[in-house]
Amino acid sequence: MSPNLSYVLVVGVLVAAGVTLLLERSLTRVLMGVILLGNGANLLLLTGGRSGGAPIVGTTAEQDMADPLPQAMVLTAIVITLGMTAFLLALAYRSWHLNGHDEVQDDVEDRRIVELADRDKGPGTADVEAGDDDPASDPAEEQVAATGAPGGRA
Amino acid sequence: MLALVAVHALAAVVAPALVRLWGRRALHLLACVPAAALGWALTQTGTVRSGTPVVETVTWVPQLGLDIALRMGTLSWLMVLLVGGVGALVLVYAAHYFRSDDPGLGRFAAVFVAFAGAMLGLVVSDDLLLLYVFWELTTVFSYLLIGSDPTRRASRHAAMRALLVTTLGGLAMLAGFVMLGQHAGTYRWSEVADNLPDGGYLTVALVLVLLGALSKSAIFPFSFWLPGAMAAPTPVSAYLHAAAMVKAGVFLVALLGPAVAEATPWRPVLLAGGLVTLLLGGWAALRQVDLKLLLAYGTVSQLGLLMVILGAGGRDTALAGVAMVLAHAMFKATLFLVVGVVDHVAGTRDLRELSGLGRRAPALTAVAGLAAASMAGLPPMAGFVAKEAAVEAFLHGGTTELVVLGGVLVGSTLTVAYTLRFLWGAFTVKPDVPPARPGPVGWPLLGPAAVLAVAGLAAGALAPAVDRVLAPYADLYPGAGPGYHLALWHGLTPALGLSVLAIAAGVGVFLLLHRRQPRLVRLPFDGATVHDRLARGVDRAAVELTGATQRGSLPFYLGVILLVLVVLPGGALLAGVPWPRRFHLWDTPLQAVAAAVVVVSAVAAARARRRLTAMILVGVTGYGTALLFILHGAPDLALTQFLVETVTIVMVVLVLRRLPATFSERPTRAGRRGRIALGVVVGVVAAGMAYVAAGARVATPISVGFPAEAVSYGGGKNVVNVTLVDIRAWDTMGEIAVLVVAATGVASLIFRHSRDLDLRSGIPGVGRSESVRPRWLTSGATARQQSVILQVVTRLLFHAIVLFSIYLLFSGHNAPGGGFAAGLVAGLGLAVRYLAGGRTELNGAAPVDAGLVLGAGLFVAVGTGLAAMVLGGEFLQSALLDFHVPVLGHVHFVTSVFFDVGVYLIVVGLVLDILRSLGAEMDRQQETDQRESEPAGHRTEELV
Repeated sequence: MSPNLSYVLVVGVLVAAGVTLLLERSLTRVLMGVILLGNGANLLLLTGGRSGGAPIVGTTAEQDMADPLPQAMVLTAIVITLGMTAFLLALAYRSWHLNGHDEVQDDVEDRRIVELADRDKGPGTADVEAGDDDPASDPAEEQVAATGAPGGRA
Repeated sequence: MLALVAVHALAAVVAPALVRLWGRRALHLLACVPAAALGWALTQTGTVRSGTPVVETVTWVPQLGLDIALRMGTLSWLMVLLVGGVGALVLVYAAHYFRSDDPGLGRFAAVFVAFAGAMLGLVVSDDLLLLYVFWELTTVFSYLLIGSDPTRRASRHAAMRALLVTTLGGLAMLAGFVMLGQHAGTYRWSEVADNLPDGGYLTVALVLVLLGALSKSAIFPFSFWLPGAMAAPTPVSAYLHAAAMVKAGVFLVALLGPAVAEATPWRPVLLAGGLVTLLLGGWAALRQVDLKLLLAYGTVSQLGLLMVILGAGGRDTALAGVAMVLAHAMFKATLFLVVGVVDHVAGTRDLRELSGLGRRAPALTAVAGLAAASMAGLPPMAGFVAKEAAVEAFLHGGTTELVVLGGVLVGSTLTVAYTLRFLWGAFTVKPDVPPARPGPVGWPLLGPAAVLAVAGLAAGALAPAVDRVLAPYADLYPGAGPGYHLALWHGLTPALGLSVLAIAAGVGVFLLLHRRQPRLVRLPFDGATVHDRLARGVDRAAVELTGATQRGSLPFYLGVILLVLVVLPGGALLAGVPWPRRFHLWDTPLQAVAAAVVVVSAVAAARARRRLTAMILVGVTGYGTALLFILHGAPDLALTQFLVETVTIVMVVLVLRRLPATFSERPTRAGRRGRIALGVVVGVVAAGMAYVAAGARVATPISVGFPAEAVSYGGGKNVVNVTLVDIRAWDTMGEIAVLVVAATGVASLIFRHSRDLDLRSGIPGVGRSESVRPRWLTSGATARQQSVILQVVTRLLFHAIVLFSIYLLFSGHNAPGGGFAAGLVAGLGLAVRYLAGGRTELNGAAPVDAGLVLGAGLFVAVGTGLAAMVLGGEFLQSALLDFHVPVLGHVHFVTSVFFDVGVYLIVVGLVLDILRSLGAEMDRQQETDQRESEPAGHRTEELV
């Protein structure tokens, strides 16, 4: 089977645009990146089977049919992408509702560890600085408590 | 024996409840449990004295050859006596030491009894793996007991240290056990002992086992954890760190000794390690001001002595060793209990602050004096008998033994000195210290200590009897003839002379040292520093590694993943994959046109600044892709893609209503360029993969037989759809499950409170008053901005749309369509109703809970599969039914249609859920937010 350059081009561009958007921090852009990537990946799958007539017995002769297997795989993938899109949209909306923007923030816990590493300290040192028996002085926990409150935006 | 262990476990489970019920008095009842072990062991005295072990075997994991093999020889019997007896006495003591309202008392009682049970299991295990299990159980329980006050940093720290050191030793020991057991083909020590390996293999195994024993018994260089463990309450110290747990290592050495004493590293390691520990521990004990720490270092020293005696590996030393184990358990536990009493009545354990306690608490002083005499090795105490035996045994050996004897005598000197220091510190009158004003010392507290002290005296006085019971263990050593016998009086022997010398020297050392200002010292061979530095190093490395890899930034993680994609598959593409020579530009020129549309809109979408523009451009790429599907010969895909793209646009627009019109811009141009660069590189790799993959297909595709099978087995002409519901139905099953999960996720993200989830049902009455059910074609309670004409038109069209979707559903088996496409069409019908009239219209169109539709769909799909199984087929196997219906004529029916109905319902449910969440609920939230932001006065008017 010889490659179809039109497909190759479309796959390349869709993936390139998708990845560019995926690496953004705005969840809406990430979402669009996912959709573009999904389309690109679907086409990539489709190139694995030959093209031809619609794979419907009686309409097309068997030897002229397009390969039905990649089509079946892609079909479910399309619908799954719909579910993904809905979920990401809901995430973006919730993020906007809680924080006033839809940008992916860095993980607070991870940032704290990075800061510890930058200051060349061990995990126990925060304990000492915060005082021995004072579990409430954890900034990350406070943040969680604040954002987890119902209707966090006044 | 197993029953005893089980009773301990049971008692540990009910202990917290008992303590809650009866307060500290419950400890008396719990003390019966270890006492039962003691009593049972006493009934076995006759058997043990005759040298016959008590054996008990229960099959446990036959596949692993792991049985609960218990075996109590003389040594184990002695240990059971100590574990049970001291355990029971300490529990009685603890019943008066703690207060009933101590919040940790229930936990303490449970862990303490559990520990006693684990220790009991340890000493009677014959199977080495079982022994290891109990060994680690004692470690864990001891961790919990040392850290019984989790609010204190020192306590946590000490517990962690003890845990780390003993667990690491335990792991090494396990490796040693496995080496021995694999060689012998069994893990029962009674059999392994007769089937030992030799040479380097045995050496390595023994070194590993010794690591476990030495770390558990706090032998140099692992001694540092034991003084730290004194953070535990005094009863714990008395039991774990004097009588029981630290003896586990000694026990192991004594158990293995008769078989392996002659093997290479055994004797030198034990003699050297033991001697160093004996001397350094004794010296450190002399420099303490805390009575408990003094005893702790004394214990370290005595454990060293025990290792020396038991490690020497002869019949007489072995006898001396077990006698010493007995004596040490009794006097050291007593002294710890005494310290607890002192602490209790005087309020301090600092010997610089204690004065005149002896005169005011004579009974306490007498008990302490008895135990101290045993520790110092004075007649007629058990400690004296044991030490005499040891000195005598070493006296008759070669050069090594004489050198060791020298060390032991120096150790004894130090022991006498720190014993005197203990007595002087605790009880004497110190002129410059105000005398203690102790409260009364109750017998309940003093009793257990007194019993143990008197037992030490009795064991000394009854030395011949003790000798007869313990001799069978000593006789296990090969080539043992009738040798030394334990006795109080052997006549004026050189050993007695050496003992007197050591005692005199000890008194001298004490007199020399105690006048000086004591300097606080820790063990000079401070393994703690090494341990702490190692622990810190590991922590630091973890932080650096985590900090370097877990940046917490999503783009960073994605970037790493994508870079791997570029490097590995991309590298493979460059490295050696055959690139197809032949290619074609397009199947039809129309493909190039569609491709151009997709390319242009994709690039534009990536550059767009406004959300809506970007989304429409993304939609165009989707429609372009659908066009490509048609040209490829995939009408089902094209249909689904068109519908999905439309639903997506509706959905996104619904959400974008609330989001700002433009993307928030991030100023870093460099970051943007980096993203584009990575995107382009990944795109090139993907294109390369598409090119190579298409060219690499040379074999006949698996799907070549699909059309024929679709007709004959699947009963349908549309091969793609038959593939979905029949040939690859399992895949579809998984995918609809994902859809259900996604829909549930969307709802749970949007509905802020679980009570709002009622609104998801959209049923009038369940939600708010606003969802009044409208009549057909009459406008309901519509919001201001909605068009009545549009509503009426959509109501007219809606039924046609739903009918069309059902047609697609059933015709999908033979023509383009099927459950996915049909569900999307019905969903679009709902979307149109919602767009025309808001949530009221939506509820009118679909007065059901979206979750119910989803669940019904999943139920139908799974039910179809199960029904096939019930009828004798495989899961999801379809059957063809042909029958005649009067009016309709001949009906050709495939059961997989039911599966497709399930898919249909799930897709409808998904879209309905999206509309309810992203549409209706967001409307409601917006209105609520607006109401809240309006001025208060305004709102009152409305209410009026």
